[in-house]
Amino acid sequence: MSPTARVDVRKTYKLYVGGQFPRSESGHSYVVDDARGKFVANAALASRKDARDAVQAARAAFGGWSGKTAYNRSQILYRVAEVMEDRRPQFVEALRQSEGLTPTQAGKALDTSIDRLVWYAGWADKITQVTGNANPVAGPFFNISTPEPTGVVAVVAPQQSSLLGLISVVAPVVVTGNTAIVLASPERPLPAVTFSEVLATSDMPGGVVNILTGKLSNTAPTLAAHMDVNGLDLTGYAGDAEQSRLLEEAAADNLKRVLRAPDTEPDWSLDPGLERMTTFLETKTVWHPIGV
Amino acid sequence: MLDRVTSSPTIDNHLASAGGADFADITRNDDTLRRFLHGLPGVDQVGAEARAASLGTRSIKTTAKAWAIDLAIRMVDLTTLEGQDTPGKVRALSAKAMHPDPADPTCPATAAVCVYPDMVAVAKQTLGTSGVHVAAVATAFPSGRAALDIKLADTEDAVQAGADEIDMVIDRGAFLSGRYKQVYDEIVAVREACGPAHLKVIFETGELQTYDNVRRASWLAMMAGGHFIKTSTGKVQPAATLPVTLVMLEAVRDFREQTGQQIGVKPAGGIKTTKDAIKYLVMVNEIAGDDWLDPDWFRFGASTLLNDLLMQRTKLTTGVYSGPDYFTLD
Amino acid sequence: MAAKKTSTAFEYAPAPESRAIVDIKPSYGLFVNGEFVDGHGKSFKTISPSTEEVLAEIAEADEADVDNAVKAARRAYTRVWGRMPGSERAKYLFRIARIIQERGRELAVLESIDNGKPIKETRDVDIPIVAAHFFYYAGWADKLEYSGYGSTPLGVAGQVIPWNFPLLMLAWKIAPALACGNTVVLKPAETTPLTALLFAEICQQADLPPGVVNIITGAGATGQALVGHPDVDKVAFTGSTAVGKAIAKAVAGSHKKVTLELGGKAANIVFDDAPLDQAVEGIVNGIFFNQGHVCCAGSRLLVQESVADDVLARLKRRMATLRVGDPLDKNTDIGAINSAEQLAKIRELSDIGEAEGAGRWSPPCELPKHGFWFPPTVFTNVTQAHRIAREEIFGPVLSVLTFRTPAEAVEKANNTPYGLSAGVWTDKGSRILHMANKLRAGVVWANTFNKFDPTSPFGGYKESGYGREGGRHGLAAYLKGGVEQ
Repeated sequence: MSPTARVDVRKTYKLYVGGQFPRSESGHSYVVDDARGKFVANAALASRKDARDAVQAARAAFGGWSGKTAYNRSQILYRVAEVMEDRRPQFVEALRQSEGLTPTQAGKALDTSIDRLVWYAGWADKITQVTGNANPVAGPFFNISTPEPTGVVAVVAPQQSSLLGLISVVAPVVVTGNTAIVLASPERPLPAVTFSEVLATSDMPGGVVNILTGKLSNTAPTLAAHMDVNGLDLTGYAGDAEQSRLLEEAAADNLKRVLRAPDTEPDWSLDPGLERMTTFLETKTVWHPIGV
Repeated sequence: MLDRVTSSPTIDNHLASAGGADFADITRNDDTLRRFLHGLPGVDQVGAEARAASLGTRSIKTTAKAWAIDLAIRMVDLTTLEGQDTPGKVRALSAKAMHPDPADPTCPATAAVCVYPDMVAVAKQTLGTSGVHVAAVATAFPSGRAALDIKLADTEDAVQAGADEIDMVIDRGAFLSGRYKQVYDEIVAVREACGPAHLKVIFETGELQTYDNVRRASWLAMMAGGHFIKTSTGKVQPAATLPVTLVMLEAVRDFREQTGQQIGVKPAGGIKTTKDAIKYLVMVNEIAGDDWLDPDWFRFGASTLLNDLLMQRTKLTTGVYSGPDYFTLD
Repeated sequence: MAAKKTSTAFEYAPAPESRAIVDIKPSYGLFVNGEFVDGHGKSFKTISPSTEEVLAEIAEADEADVDNAVKAARRAYTRVWGRMPGSERAKYLFRIARIIQERGRELAVLESIDNGKPIKETRDVDIPIVAAHFFYYAGWADKLEYSGYGSTPLGVAGQVIPWNFPLLMLAWKIAPALACGNTVVLKPAETTPLTALLFAEICQQADLPPGVVNIITGAGATGQALVGHPDVDKVAFTGSTAVGKAIAKAVAGSHKKVTLELGGKAANIVFDDAPLDQAVEGIVNGIFFNQGHVCCAGSRLLVQESVADDVLARLKRRMATLRVGDPLDKNTDIGAINSAEQLAKIRELSDIGEAEGAGRWSPPCELPKHGFWFPPTVFTNVTQAHRIAREEIFGPVLSVLTFRTPAEAVEKANNTPYGLSAGVWTDKGSRILHMANKLRAGVVWANTFNKFDPTSPFGGYKESGYGREGGRHGLAAYLKGGVEQ
């Protein structure tokens, strides 16, 4: 390297918790390399305490987020998609680095990711209609069942598909009114970090989506056992039956709703269906007499 | 009065805030009455009907049933209120009231006969000192659509002819249009015109339609001095029902808790069988309490009920099912 | 006019329903592959909780028996039931429903004898809803493709049910499972096996193909063996939260689909503008229905301070009219506590309530000398910190707390790890909807309580479990395309 060449300003990416970008409370970070093993950046190495802070932030955000009108949540998610469009180059670069894609492939992956987000955004004010019910009980009662968000959901994002997979697991959780703590792919965190920057500059309230980077073993067990977490998506543990089982066991202590890890990472290009939304919905049934 | 004040703080506060148990501040005008009556706890139709139905499943056996049948006979206001009524019919009815089962001297008499005012004298003459009362429907029964002075004259006429009890109708039109003060004043005036006779206030619950209205009418009539509150004229369907009577029993129960004053209840119309009557008695017992299990405090306005009670009574004493041929028509 | 007391009290004479209609055998085997077979484990006795009389000897299924039952269910699934057109499955379910109606009185009497609950409830609530449940799901069997969950069954369902609504819980489990094309192995509670075994006879009477329904009796170990059996595709459990958690751990890492319907500590919230007389009925029904052995019981009364004294006065007056005694007497409102064990638990928690300073009150009532009994009881001046306000007592014991504002009511109501049900009493429509939105519970009864219907989904939030039983949602638990929700 020539002595006159410009020295890079190397970035250390931070966590995204409660709408803020804190460093890890532990002060630790780790090196993120690109797909060819070349240094890209440092990312925060989230600790157990960071996971607990994220739960607090997600819990604090839950009332406001789930209390918004479905139309409003839909608008906010759609706005996130708009901001993603604005940051195309940054996402394409992050995808090239983390997944080793060509610019064309990265562009396509981004397109699909944005489309996926738009698709989910539209579900906000339809899921109730599709999964709710008026129930014709045999008596003078009005009776209706509607879905409600489960609460705070910990999401282990897919390891391979760092943007499309990420969007495909986060959007269905939050669009219905849940708040999320997302554990980004440790090897491929950059699209998630970029996504957090999108969230921070969109209309998404702080705490709805919290993104932690770093080793899963630091954070996942804490979240799986945390008594103020209501749901657990283990998709990121695809193929790791043993870890997945242990986490599901830990989750049983407060009967979290668990989406089990699949045997292999799903093909994210397929129609997602409703499962990722309905797993983290509760059906509430309300009765009232009909009389004069 | 005030010999039995227990606690029902809601209504108590409600009364206190409106001026205490003398009701003067409540009954000052339509507004004060509306505030009070609409401040009473609401009645949920489905819940009230479910409660009434569940009481209807109580099973009464043997000795309790015999006692209940005799009580029910003693509570009957044996009624004829027809355009075709004649002195002959009323005399026959009165005779039946005194001796419902001529073949069985242990059979009690009914509480009263209930007739139109022009038949009071005939009834009184027949009943004499038997202890069976004469009740007269007055105040332009059944619609109540006449001027107040005519209603009062109707009442006075019946009392003068010897009526022991006056069954008046409220002005449902006034009630439904919120002219509570007018309804109240009329009851007060009729009560005054009753002199020594007891006053039963008929709501015609089939026209009031909602249980909220029944509860409000109950309080209005009790505050105005009615001795009894009564469901119906028998001329409008539905007449008495278990849930309507339930709401009225709750009202007299609450009223006594507040004021110490006990008010009677009379369901009228549509009660035809012993089984029905016993359901009512069960309800009286469980809702208002056994203080009301007495002809002074609970009556059945009925005509055909009596014969069914008599048939069941005979069945209990003889063990044999009887038939209508064995009981007098009137 | 002064009140005049009548001299004759209006007493209800005993009105016992005849036991002659039921024929309890001295001993029962397991119902496997369409036949009653002997179990390999030791047997146990089921007793009448109202008299402590031994009713029958019941076989206990060991692991081998469980395995046989699962094998029978698998065979029936593969060879018959899983392949049968929905329209044909429907007819079997309709048949069963009709037989249940026809033998309704027999089932009601047997349930009251074995469980201790009043005949009034088994006759008017449990058994009619059981029949209705089979009718409802029978109709779904050939319409699954319209359910939103597809029409592919899961396979073999292992189902474990509690003692509080023995036959009703059986219906909630078996009817949707069979309608969707699954076969079942069901374990009734050890204290209340008799109606499930009578149901096995009904399956025979309906000519249901062997192995479609298997009933195995036993206690916790039998249930564990069933839930843990590797060839079970679906686990459905109703019972305590502690056991529910153990099951959730046991199935972790498997492909088993799970529905859990667990405990509760429901708030029944009475606002000052409530229809008070009906609210009192709702409170009574909420906690004294089925002796309070109800997971969705309204065990915490939250009453607005401005009407607290009035509501309590009305409640106590009403409680004094409750009739405790012989479950077979048609006039009985509150029957026997299901077991000595449960009675001990109710006594212990009630004593703790008293020791913690809450005011304990029961109406004067004479309890029978034999059997397990507990009087209807209310605790006043209870706070959120009291154990009786937090722990499920599962008995006729009500804890009364007060609140001042709607926000406080919501906060207190939701301040529990449970989330099965809640009640709201107010005449203000917008407040009902507000409260219904804010309460974190799977069922919200507004101006009513403890209502059940086959079309209405039932199930909890949080530690009250997951999945729904009843209604279209109830199908999700038994179809590949359904997600517990």
